Amino acid sequence: MILPYYIIIPLLAAFLISLIAGKKDNWAVILSVIAVSALLILSLFSFISMKEETITYSMSAWSIPYGIVLVQDALTSFILVMVSIISFTSLIFSIQYIRHLSMDWKYYSLFMLLVTGMNGVIITGDFFNLYVFMEIALFSAFALVAYGSKAEEFEAAFKYAVMGSVSSFLILAGIAVTYSATSTLTMAKVAEVLPAVDKKVIFWIGGLFIAGFGLKAAAMPFHAWLPDAHSSAPAPISSMLSGVLIKALGIYVMLRIFYNVFNAPEVFMKIFLVLGTISIIVGVFLAIGQWDMKRLLAYHSISQIGYILLGMGIATPLGILGAIFHLFNHAIFKSLLFYNAGSVEMALGTRDLRKMGNLMKLLPTTSQTSLIASLSISGIPPFNGFFSKLIIIIAALQAGLPWYAVFAIIGSLLTLASFMKVQRYGFKGETVIDSSENKIGWRMNSAMITLAVLCILTSLMVVPGIKEVTLDPVVKVIADKTEYIQLVLGGMNGN
Amino acid sequence: MRQNDGMTLIVKTVTRISVWMILLYGIYIIFHGHLSPGGGFAGGVIIALAFLNVMLAYGRKFTSDWLNIGFLHDLESASATLFLVIGILGISIGGAFLANFITKGELFALLSAGTILPLNIIIGIKVGMSLFLVAWVLAGSKTVKGE
Repeated sequence: MILPYYIIIPLLAAFLISLIAGKKDNWAVILSVIAVSALLILSLFSFISMKEETITYSMSAWSIPYGIVLVQDALTSFILVMVSIISFTSLIFSIQYIRHLSMDWKYYSLFMLLVTGMNGVIITGDFFNLYVFMEIALFSAFALVAYGSKAEEFEAAFKYAVMGSVSSFLILAGIAVTYSATSTLTMAKVAEVLPAVDKKVIFWIGGLFIAGFGLKAAAMPFHAWLPDAHSSAPAPISSMLSGVLIKALGIYVMLRIFYNVFNAPEVFMKIFLVLGTISIIVGVFLAIGQWDMKRLLAYHSISQIGYILLGMGIATPLGILGAIFHLFNHAIFKSLLFYNAGSVEMALGTRDLRKMGNLMKLLPTTSQTSLIASLSISGIPPFNGFFSKLIIIIAALQAGLPWYAVFAIIGSLLTLASFMKVQRYGFKGETVIDSSENKIGWRMNSAMITLAVLCILTSLMVVPGIKEVTLDPVVKVIADKTEYIQLVLGGMNGN
Repeated sequence: MRQNDGMTLIVKTVTRISVWMILLYGIYIIFHGHLSPGGGFAGGVIIALAFLNVMLAYGRKFTSDWLNIGFLHDLESASATLFLVIGILGISIGGAFLANFITKGELFALLSAGTILPLNIIIGIKVGMSLFLVAWVLAGSKTVKGE
């Protein structure tokens, strides 16, 4: 059984790094690269081999009502693949970027703890276990946001810590109410008991969870911490936070709870629709006025999360397909854009778009990959962002929600406008800069090129034939809703 | 011993006597985690408090001479690694992560409950060292004005 290894490998790496790394970071780099590539291979292998199976694993060999259960199905493997790809490229990008700041092994140890927390949240089938892993991921994220140890970074990390604790409190309260109403913490068991519970209790739990996980996902009324935290962190960490953390802790958990446990109640789907649409429009309006490149990208994360929520709220199989496809695509192009911002910051020492210029000559790889990423996020064919947004818009029209589709299109156009601003002022700006402060090494370039290639390759996932083996099993898990109970508990009895 | 560091002679004398009792109580709580309320976390906190008492009464300099901070740091990482090793041994021998793989012993005896006792000891070391080192680092940090 490979399930516990998704948690064991990064956790072991984190503590081995702090045990054997001396003053230098050589061992830390080697160990963390080994761990992350092992996770990448494991998750890709399980995603390809599993198809529509559901595997469960009882921790300490205690069966379901007593122990903690780990669950892996197509949705889990899909998100694990996403996390592994982004953490692998982020780590490769980090090696030069972090050495430029300091030769410190602590960064890699915290990075591995962040991966542990996310993998744990994704793979667990137990409410309280989810809360614990969420805290592991969050606390390492707080530390990593403050990694540069400047005043503004501490401020951002503190703001993030306060908002993170508020959301964790809401989630813990939600878990407590769930436990008192159902007397169990295993998600599948909760799903089994819930239909017999008073409807008002479900609204109460759902409200707490929407506020809590909405804060984690930075949907619109809960977004205030995100621009500070994501723009102050070191670039590879920004890409981890914006690319995968808000999705693993926010969107994935909401998909799991509201679809697989709550059986997708109508009210909450409406809330997702409205929150998503507000996030799309307001996020993009806030983004378009920014001159700080990383802040602009951070506001775009809010807007793009809005698309995913919109797809979730439509609740037809096509809408869910759009949501999970956009989830994956956003991880890839937003991480790539943050790498670009990091490499520009390292080369020029500024994030201000007005102070950039003639980057095409200075940083050819960075500016070309940023062009690909900008086209992807603005939804220009043939890049991946186009297909996922198109699917969401078509799904909205088919479900008889034309106004939501119109808002999605407006959001997409404004995204295009703001990335034209990035390209026009930033990469093709008039400021003439003769030489860069630092050279961008092959590791950073290869991380950017890998993701740029993936921006094009992942659009192949909509091609019939490939779609059946990649996206369809994932959609099936979500669209089958409380079929999850049978898959988890049935599998337990079989063993 | 530097007489000028830390607090007054009264506090130092009381600490010198009480710190061993606090440590012993912490160890007791850790070792009886599987029999009575308490366990690794609670006992670890008490151990950390014993060290903190010394730090408060005698000052940082004396404490860093008395304790090897680098060793405590290694002990902290090693205990976490050891926890995982026991967990993995559970996979290879007991069939699941953290499954019991040694004899369960006699009910209510000190050496019973399988791997729970060693895990409690490891958690006690981990929590004790972590809490003490966190306080140590916080007490040693200088306030730097941000720009």
